[in-house]
Amino acid sequence: MSDGATVVTDLLTRQFGERLALDSVTLSVSAGEVFGLLGHNGAGKTTAVRLLNGLLTPTSGVAQVLGLSPVDDGPQIRARTGVLTETPALDDRLTGRENLRFFARVFGLSREEATQRTDELIEMFGLSDRGGEQVAMYSRGMRQRIALARTMLHKPEILFLDEPTSGLDPVASRQVQDMVIALQNQGTTILLCTHNLEEAERVCNRVAVLEQGRVIALGSPRELASEVSPPQIEIEVDPAHKESAASLISELHPELILKTDEETLVRIEGLARSDIPVVLRALALREIDVYQVTSQQLSLEDVYFALHQRMMER
Amino acid sequence: MNWNAIWAIVGKDIMVVRRSKAVMLPIILVPLLLLVIAPVAIIFAAQNETAARDTLEEMNRFIEQMPAGMREAVDARETDAEKMIVMMIIYMMAPLYLIVPLLVATVMAADSFAGEKERKTLEALLYAPMPDRELLIAKILSSWIPAVSVGLIGFIAYGLTVNVVAWPVMGEIFFPTGMWILLALWVTPAIAAMAQGVMVLVSSRVSTFQEAYQLGGMIVLPVVLLIVGQAAGVVYFSLWLVVLLGAVIWIVNAFLFKLAADRFQRERLLLSGI
Repeated sequence: MSDGATVVTDLLTRQFGERLALDSVTLSVSAGEVFGLLGHNGAGKTTAVRLLNGLLTPTSGVAQVLGLSPVDDGPQIRARTGVLTETPALDDRLTGRENLRFFARVFGLSREEATQRTDELIEMFGLSDRGGEQVAMYSRGMRQRIALARTMLHKPEILFLDEPTSGLDPVASRQVQDMVIALQNQGTTILLCTHNLEEAERVCNRVAVLEQGRVIALGSPRELASEVSPPQIEIEVDPAHKESAASLISELHPELILKTDEETLVRIEGLARSDIPVVLRALALREIDVYQVTSQQLSLEDVYFALHQRMMER
Repeated sequence: MNWNAIWAIVGKDIMVVRRSKAVMLPIILVPLLLLVIAPVAIIFAAQNETAARDTLEEMNRFIEQMPAGMREAVDARETDAEKMIVMMIIYMMAPLYLIVPLLVATVMAADSFAGEKERKTLEALLYAPMPDRELLIAKILSSWIPAVSVGLIGFIAYGLTVNVVAWPVMGEIFFPTGMWILLALWVTPAIAAMAQGVMVLVSSRVSTFQEAYQLGGMIVLPVVLLIVGQAAGVVYFSLWLVVLLGAVIWIVNAFLFKLAADRFQRERLLLSGI
């Protein structure tokens, strides 16, 4: 198992009857990383979280979380992790505060610590004036915030967030994403299960794309985008020098694909990031004015659908 | 054993139940009806000499077949009213009393197990750092404690009611008898625990409170059999029967809890569709 990793799986597999919910998943999540598990509903994200927290036992393969085995040390792992379940799983008949105090006690905080930590989190999540109301009166966003606060009561080292912004409005979603980034800055490792690709692109350092329980791609959003389609650089030049700019770049990098179909743009496919300054210096030496350079990278959403398409074609 | 977490779950479950009218209503109404209103009605009826005589005549065969000690306790009474009160309040009501802890345990356990599944609140609890066994103990205690408490409070309320209301007839404190004390302290905890064991098994197969309550309600059948058995003169709630009844229920509980512990596993609960 890898050093410095907080979550490691090796050929982790879980079968339900005939269905493979998770199929030979091998991955490693480093400490302090936000790692995204992307996939459709039923791709195996929730099963992975349950396996890693010792709620389910694997059919085959192994996992380690914080150096412990989920199969043998489930309670010890769960004492050091926080899990946001797909549904908020709050008791409607209790107030937001009561829900949090209850879970704080279950996670081993003393009565005083539970009250103090609950107050801190209620304030942190902007629910001070509604914390005393029964959860039945809460909006979906408020429930989600209380559920998120619940995962942080015992200051876990790893957070597992299963669809944390599902059903939230854009403002509430952004707040949750900001919270994830803030938690990472405080050193918390976060494993984020989502099918919100924009969200994953914004907060994840690395992602694994799951398709029918299998990891079909693994890397940073940038790496995955490069893998699917090389980045495209657009250089906007003086229209009068467009052709000479294109021939100069071709001389420097004959292996690249150039497109000059627009009046002022030269599109270059496959140019390495480190070569951009070289090209710009060469253009400047020929006194070709460059107005703008933009990198046209595929979004994670484009990558995801491209990968999905590849899978379907196989 | 993480008792802080266990007591936190017990406290939370009781608080949640106290806020649910659907659960609280039977918990309050049934004991009130069986242990306060019914005995008051019986005692008032017994004070009508004709009604008391008619009732005793109807029960004559039953009284004659009673074990000697029990029959003597009835025969020792001077008036028909006294005899009827002893017969009804001491003997005939005994099996009915058992319905109270049984019902409370069933309702609360249905809410605690199947209710949590229905409300989708159980999964968050499964991520608590407690082994399955501790979670099961917490869930059992959260309905066993209220069931036994209501049973004991009902026993005290019944004692106060019958002694006060029957005072003009009896002229003495005639309740509780040794058999009733054993019923309250030996059989009540056992029968409440039995309901828990059954409800753990039932709840693993159903997904709503109502389903669990209806299926689990079948556990009342053995008590109904005891009531019918006593009315038919087949069984008599003597001291020894109560000792034996408690012992049998505790033995059944040992098997039930073994089964329940095997069933109450996080994996099984997840796969049963929480």
